[in-house]
Amino acid sequence: MNYRLIKDKVAGQLMAVLTVSALLLVVAMGIGLYLKSAPILSQHSLWTLLTASDWQPMKGKFGFFPFLMGTLSVTTLAIAIALPISLLMAIYLTEYARKVFRKCLFPLLDVLAGLPSVIYGVWGTLLIVPLIAEWLLPHFPAYTSGYTVLAGGVVLSVMILPLLVSLFIELLSSIPAELREASLSLGATRWQTVRLVLLRKSAPGLLAAVVLAVSRTMGETIAVLMVCGNLAIVPTSLLNACYPLPALIANNYGEMLSLPLYEAALMFAAFILFFVVLLFNLASRIVLRQVSR
Amino acid sequence: MNNFRFIEEKIAKVLMLFSVLVVSGFVFSVIYTIFRRGLPVLTWSMISQLPGGGFYIGQDGGFLNAIIGSVYIVGASTVIGLSVSIPVVFYLNVYLKRNSRFGYLSRLAFDVLFGIPSIVYGAFGFTIMIYMGLRASLLGGIIVETLLIIPIMIRTMDEVAKTIPTDLLESSYSLGATRIETIGVVMRQIAPAIATATLLSIGRSIGDAAGVMFTAGFSDNIPTSLSQPAATLPLSVFFQLSAPQVAVQNRAYAAAVVLTFIVLVLSLAGRFITAHFSKNKV
Repeated sequence: MNYRLIKDKVAGQLMAVLTVSALLLVVAMGIGLYLKSAPILSQHSLWTLLTASDWQPMKGKFGFFPFLMGTLSVTTLAIAIALPISLLMAIYLTEYARKVFRKCLFPLLDVLAGLPSVIYGVWGTLLIVPLIAEWLLPHFPAYTSGYTVLAGGVVLSVMILPLLVSLFIELLSSIPAELREASLSLGATRWQTVRLVLLRKSAPGLLAAVVLAVSRTMGETIAVLMVCGNLAIVPTSLLNACYPLPALIANNYGEMLSLPLYEAALMFAAFILFFVVLLFNLASRIVLRQVSR
Repeated sequence: MNNFRFIEEKIAKVLMLFSVLVVSGFVFSVIYTIFRRGLPVLTWSMISQLPGGGFYIGQDGGFLNAIIGSVYIVGASTVIGLSVSIPVVFYLNVYLKRNSRFGYLSRLAFDVLFGIPSIVYGAFGFTIMIYMGLRASLLGGIIVETLLIIPIMIRTMDEVAKTIPTDLLESSYSLGATRIETIGVVMRQIAPAIATATLLSIGRSIGDAAGVMFTAGFSDNIPTSLSQPAATLPLSVFFQLSAPQVAVQNRAYAAAVVLTFIVLVLSLAGRFITAHFSKNKV
């Protein structure tokens, strides 16, 4: 009898340790990446690192501004494309579509969510980049290559569509039916109900979902590495090449061990990503939890 | 006079249908593009052979090294991942009270870990490996992929485990079972979720390139020990695609077909399992 109780206690404690160590992983990641990027932070101030645009590791010049702008531009574009499409689709699936139709569409979203980054990259180089090069570039002679911010934005927008749609569907279907009925019974059309009641009611959740999608977009690596052109310049137009942060890390891992400061610089890039994604995720998850209660 | 709102309704409906069409179009476009380019150049020898002597200038050989490497890494990380995440889910749902602070905090932490990009996992894994004196190896790849999929597994299983009624647990206790002995009841309830979580994690880890890039490295041979570098399918696609020779690029497209096919099967199987195997559910 006693043995069984002891087993229960011990198992509980072991499992608690597992859970705590998973918790500590977040902390360990932050500390590990920070320590690794400390050498470069001691040589340059944070402000210069973030605002300088010279990137010449061999000469000891580490300006992250082009990469930050690269990430910012592809992310903004991707969200701008994906947000309206996914919101409309989610509204259609929760408010209008029949059950059969919904059942047919969910597997498609599963597939879209399951496809690996590298496959999207191949798709981008096979379809999107040539499309831009053949259809768009002839009208803009100043630009020469299809590997652009635009290509990166389009590919990323497709990649985050399933995440946004599923988050939106979850939010919309958590709104009580009484609200819809009240609005409809007052004579509002369905779309008016959506626009004036549902979207207003779920606004904080929608915002949190978008923030979550932004943080997902910022971390995508291989796909953007394959379609963005990877030139360390500050992009000024959609048809400029750009060089987002994750691509920078992935592209240079081979040579980074040659210079200690270079390694620190790349780890600093990883730390920036970690930090921003952590903040965005924490904020949006807390809001989403409040909403779903 | 009030017709505007009906016109608005029509416009909205058209726009919504259009967006559904666009999304479906994207799905078919991706799959069609990959298969159209890769299927004609895919041969059996690519799947069944190791890279030959002049592999990277377009001569004979295949990417069996990458297939086996991926299988090793995915298989090992899935097994380790499951054996960590099942106890954690059990602890969160049976040992902890429903409104426990610690439970809230750890669920939040797993949500956050789920959101952290694999390139950051890769960079972090790399620093740990340097610290422990490891080189790019199969072991490194397995560690990083395990860390990557644990949050996915826990979140997926926890979603279902949260819905287990307390009555069910209490009836088990009332028969004299301790909490740990109730694991059979809980496992029966979350069995479909375990299957979906496994498939999801396999899909995520087999397609992940950024995490293994730093940690597993790349090799033309099948690794025979944990300390040897291992090739993976996504990296094989990526590296061969950046080669200038058309023959090498063709192999990249063929590898992309193999990878897409695996992921398609996994995601459709996942849907099927959730739909059909929730029988024992109370």
